Formats: sequence, C-alpha cells, structure tokens
Amino acid sequence: MKLFEYEAKNLLTNHGIPTPKGELATTPTQAQKAAEKLKPPYAIKAQVLVAGRGKAGGILFANSTEEAKKAAEKILNMQIKGIPVKSVWIEEKINIKKELYFGITTDRFSQSYVAVASASGGMDIEEVAEKHPEKIVKTTINPLYGLHPFQARQIARKIGYSSNQLSELGRIFEKLYTLGMQYDSELIEMNPIVETADGNFMAADARIIIDDNSLFRHQEYKKRLLEGNSELSQQELEAMKSGLAYVKLNGNIGVVGNGAGLVMATLDTIQYYGGKPANFLDVGGGAASETIAAALKIVLSDPDVKTLFINILGGITRCDEVAHGILEAKAKVGIAKPIVIRLVGTNEQEGKRILTEAGIHVLESMEEAAQKAVQTSKQGGN
Amino acid sequence: MGIIIDKNTRAIVQGITGTQGTFHAKLMLEYGTKIVAGTSPGKGGTHVHGIPVYDTVEEAQEKHSANASIIFVPAPFAADAAFEAMENGITTIVIITEHIPIKDAISVMARAKQLNTTVIGPNTPGIITPEQCKLGIMPSHIFKSGNVGMISRSGTLTYEIAAGLTKNGIGQSTCLGLGGDPITGLNFIDALKMFEKDASTQAIILIGEIGGNLEELAAQYIAKEKYPKPVVAFIAGRSAPPGKRMGHAGAIVMGKVGTAESKIQALTEAGVKVADKPSDIARILMHG
Repeated sequence: MKLFEYEAKNLLTNHGIPTPKGELATTPTQAQKAAEKLKPPYAIKAQVLVAGRGKAGGILFANSTEEAKKAAEKILNMQIKGIPVKSVWIEEKINIKKELYFGITTDRFSQSYVAVASASGGMDIEEVAEKHPEKIVKTTINPLYGLHPFQARQIARKIGYSSNQLSELGRIFEKLYTLGMQYDSELIEMNPIVETADGNFMAADARIIIDDNSLFRHQEYKKRLLEGNSELSQQELEAMKSGLAYVKLNGNIGVVGNGAGLVMATLDTIQYYGGKPANFLDVGGGAASETIAAALKIVLSDPDVKTLFINILGGITRCDEVAHGILEAKAKVGIAKPIVIRLVGTNEQEGKRILTEAGIHVLESMEEAAQKAVQTSKQGGN
Repeated sequence: MGIIIDKNTRAIVQGITGTQGTFHAKLMLEYGTKIVAGTSPGKGGTHVHGIPVYDTVEEAQEKHSANASIIFVPAPFAADAAFEAMENGITTIVIITEHIPIKDAISVMARAKQLNTTVIGPNTPGIITPEQCKLGIMPSHIFKSGNVGMISRSGTLTYEIAAGLTKNGIGQSTCLGLGGDPITGLNFIDALKMFEKDASTQAIILIGEIGGNLEELAAQYIAKEKYPKPVVAFIAGRSAPPGKRMGHAGAIVMGKVGTAESKIQALTEAGVKVADKPSDIARILMHG
C-alpha cells in the first residue's frame, strides 16, 4: 500500500528527519491559509499515488499566498493519469545545492533489506541506476542487527561527505531505517534528500510503500485502503474484499483462473495465439462456489470483455465447486457473453457433468481453450 | 533418492488442528509421509487422524525426534512457528502459509542461515518426492516417480506442467515449490546444486515468473559452472504490464528489472531451452 507524500513526510518529521515545513489543503482557500503560516516562496504539490506527477504538471511554485491559492486551484482541478487530485501539499521551497538519493528495499538473493544510496538523486534515479551502476551504493543489512551506525556513516562517505556532514547524514539514514522497520515498508525512500545551500540536509520528497501483508499491524492505513482512498480501482478494491487478485489489462478476453502463475501463463498463451486479455484474476486456492461467482461478476462488469475464459486446474480447488459457481453467476448476473471453460483436476468428472447438463461445453487442454477463446473474441465485431 | 525429503523423513505438522492443517495432514498420511506429531498451542493431548498433538514443538521433539516440519499456522503467527521449529532442532521447514509480512520472512531466513536450517516457502505448495514423501498441499495423483527434477515459483503452474509430464510418461525425482513471495528460503541456485548431486535426477525443469532477478542469477550460475544436467525453463508473465502485481506478492515488474524478456534472454544465453507454452516442456524433454 502506497502512502501519500504528506503522510510519509509527517512520519519522517515525527521521527526527527528534517523535511520542508508544510501543510495539507483540500481547497484553494485552505491552501492560501496554509501558505500564510509558511515562508515564501512555496511549492504546491498534487497528492496522488501515481508516479510522474512532476512531468504531468502536478507541482507548481508560488511567490505569494495569492499565487499559492491560484496554483492550488489549478492542481485541484487536474487529473493525473486519470486520477482526480483531491488534495495538495504546500511547503516552503528549499534552496537546493545538491540532490541525493537514499532508500531501503528488500533483496531476494540475500534475503534481507538493502540500503541504496547515490550522490545523483532526483527524478532520473532509475536511469542513473541503469546507465551508471557505479554511482549507486548498495549495503546489505543483516536484519538480526539492523543498519549499524558505522554502515550509515560509510554510505555517507561513499556518496561524497566527510566530517560533520557525514555524521549528520548517517544519523538521518539510521532514522529512516528505524522508521521503515516500524511501518513494515517494502520500500522507503527519500528522493531526493537534498543538501541545502547552507550545508544541511532535508528530505525534499519521501515515498513509503507498506507491505500489504503487514496491514493487520497498521490498522489506520488498512482503514484508509478499505475506504477506497488508495491506488486501487473500484474493481480491484471489490476483488480485494472478496479475497481475489484482480488487475485490469487492455484487451477483450476476460480471464478467471486459479493460482497466480497459472493465470499469468493463461494470459501469455492468449497473447501467443494473437488474442488480448482484458484482465488478470486469480481466485486463489480452494475457492468455493460463491468466490467463483464473485470473480465472474467482477470480470463481466468490465464493458471491454467480449469473451470469458475460465481456466481451472483443480488441486485444492474442486471442479464441482467451480461448476456450481459458474451456474450461480449465470443465474444471478446472467452471462450473455460467450464463455470458454477449461476445467481439469480434483472432481473433474462431477464438474464436467454439472456444466454439460446445463449446456456448457468444457475443454481439457489449456492451449485448445485459449485458441477457442481468441477465435471467439475476434468474431462478432472487435 | 530425490532431494531434501524421502521415505525416511519424519515430519511434524504445525497448526494441525486448523482446517487446512487437518485436511492436508490426512492427505500426506495417505500418501505415505511419516507424520509423527502435530502441534497446536492449547490443544495438547488431543489427536488428529490418530496423530498425537502437542502444545509445543519442544515436547513433540522430546517424544518423536522429527527432522522436518510443515507449517499451516495463520500469517500473523507463522514466523513464530518457524522460529519454534528451528530452535528445537528441525532441519527442514516447509511454510505453506501465504500473506506472511516480508519483515517476518526476512528475520526467519536470517536465523535459518545461522542454524543451517533449510526453509522452503513461504507461500509454497511444498515439496514432493513422488511415491515416497509429500510435505505439501499438491494433488498427489498428477505426480509419478521418475528422473526429472522440478523447481518452481508457482503452485498451479507446477501442477499444470507435472500433469503434462506424467501424461507423457515422464516421471519426477522431486518437485520443489520455492514459493510466490519476494523473500523465500531456497532459491533456484540452491535447488540446482542439490539436483546436481542427486543421481536419480537426469534433467531439471525451472519454472519462473516475472519479478526479481533469481532466474537471471540462476542463468549466470548455469553458464559459469557449466551445469552438467540439461535444464528446460518456462517463465510466466510475458504479457504482464509493469507496476502491477500479478497475484503473487513477488510477481511485479519494477522499472526494467524482472521482466519475462530479461529472464528468457538470460536463460537462453546460458543454453537453457525456454518453452513458449507450458505444454511445450514435455515435448522439449522428449524430442529436444
């Protein structure tokens, strides 16, 4: 789960990491009032969870409270990548001497956290990482001991600092690590953390992604997620509440399957035969008929879906439960669109019997079914 | 033969009184796995399918000296269960539980390294050495004993491919599910090393998916060590868009790292044949 910039910055501030002084506003008037409490010039920043807001015009600057109000008005009327901006963060613009990067994420191979730092921070950090890997400093953190203060100081030295500045930067890195652990962050970063004209350091932007699996330990954020104020679309949120994993794609073949790997392979196979999947939907293991019905309802609510492809390989999932779910969805929401079903595994015969008796044809091979789904999606207008 | 588990493995089931624990304890017993005890705090003294249940792993170990454990404990308590197993001398731990926080998984792996404990998972279907031992939740009838080792990040996709092999008369030495999370115990390289030493394994199937760089690292290892056994691979997620998590917490393309193209290219360059579709794997094994 992604945190808004203002949430992340408030956490950093509360943990003793310097950030520009700022306030949140949801109306232009509020923005003006916020600006009155701050020192000009101001930065006004759209609070959205999608990346690339700077390039989309979601960050403006102002020299007076009046200008700040106008900038806020402009941003609050904006949509960034289709997402309406609901709030802005107004802060004191800082005098930047140098932009650095510092973040902590997970590393699969070493099975631990890794601190990543660079003297070349800012918007193009990914490009730096790709083209100049030598400018990236990586430090593996042993989770049993945490980030040692000496490691933090060594990182500061490697990105070009010494003496008092090295100590100060090291302390900030340690604080960020502590904060990241407290909030189960799968990513916590300051990009950039800047050296100001007077030689101090400040986190000019902050990003925190909380591990979704840890939300039971962070109820305040879980609440916000379930209220729909998050990066999830309506369908993704519905799916999450039903325990399903759903991702919208841009094709016209709706897909429902069990197991993330199998569903991914199903999408790939559809593409291999020249079709385009409309979504990823994994019903998980051991899905009951109600879950199957809920999944079909979500996929069928997508107007782009022309054909429905159900691919189930029953392990702990039982084919007869799946068959009942399909009939339940058919009775409740109606399935007007063509449907292709591949159903094998546990209780396969019973599942097939139930569907065949209802007039639904069942296939055995994933390839054959994918080909049929692609063929069907291309018929009847596209 | 096979790797990690065989007919002599003595296992306990942690979380045996939960729905999944009870259900799969029965299936594993029926498969012939030696399930010697179960644990469930507060339920000590009871029995599940004739298996004695203890409050603690410590007590189960005093009476049964198991060497493996399979964990069905709910996510918030699963890391504690894993620590309990390894601190009490269990050397192989299979964590079936999904949705375990990454922070918890990372501390489990760090301690496992110190104690030299083998951890499989979390979020894995487990491990099966066909016709000998199963520590997992996979449908056993699709597997048969043979000479092909399987290493996979995905559950149902493993079933899909194993069922295809079995149908074509190709049996398996051991099928190992690494787990679908970003942080898991064993990785591809660990398993390749084990299969290299296993005389019953003649070829290996590697089933990867988008996210992370473990497949790329496996490819580097295969090339550098001139890996002596043939490896065939399948990578799921060619059609996945960046920035979207495809169900598994680990299956996400961030920036340019972790795409299917990058993995397929690395494996192909290492001399691994990469199948376009799951059903092509059996064909490649039979006809090259």
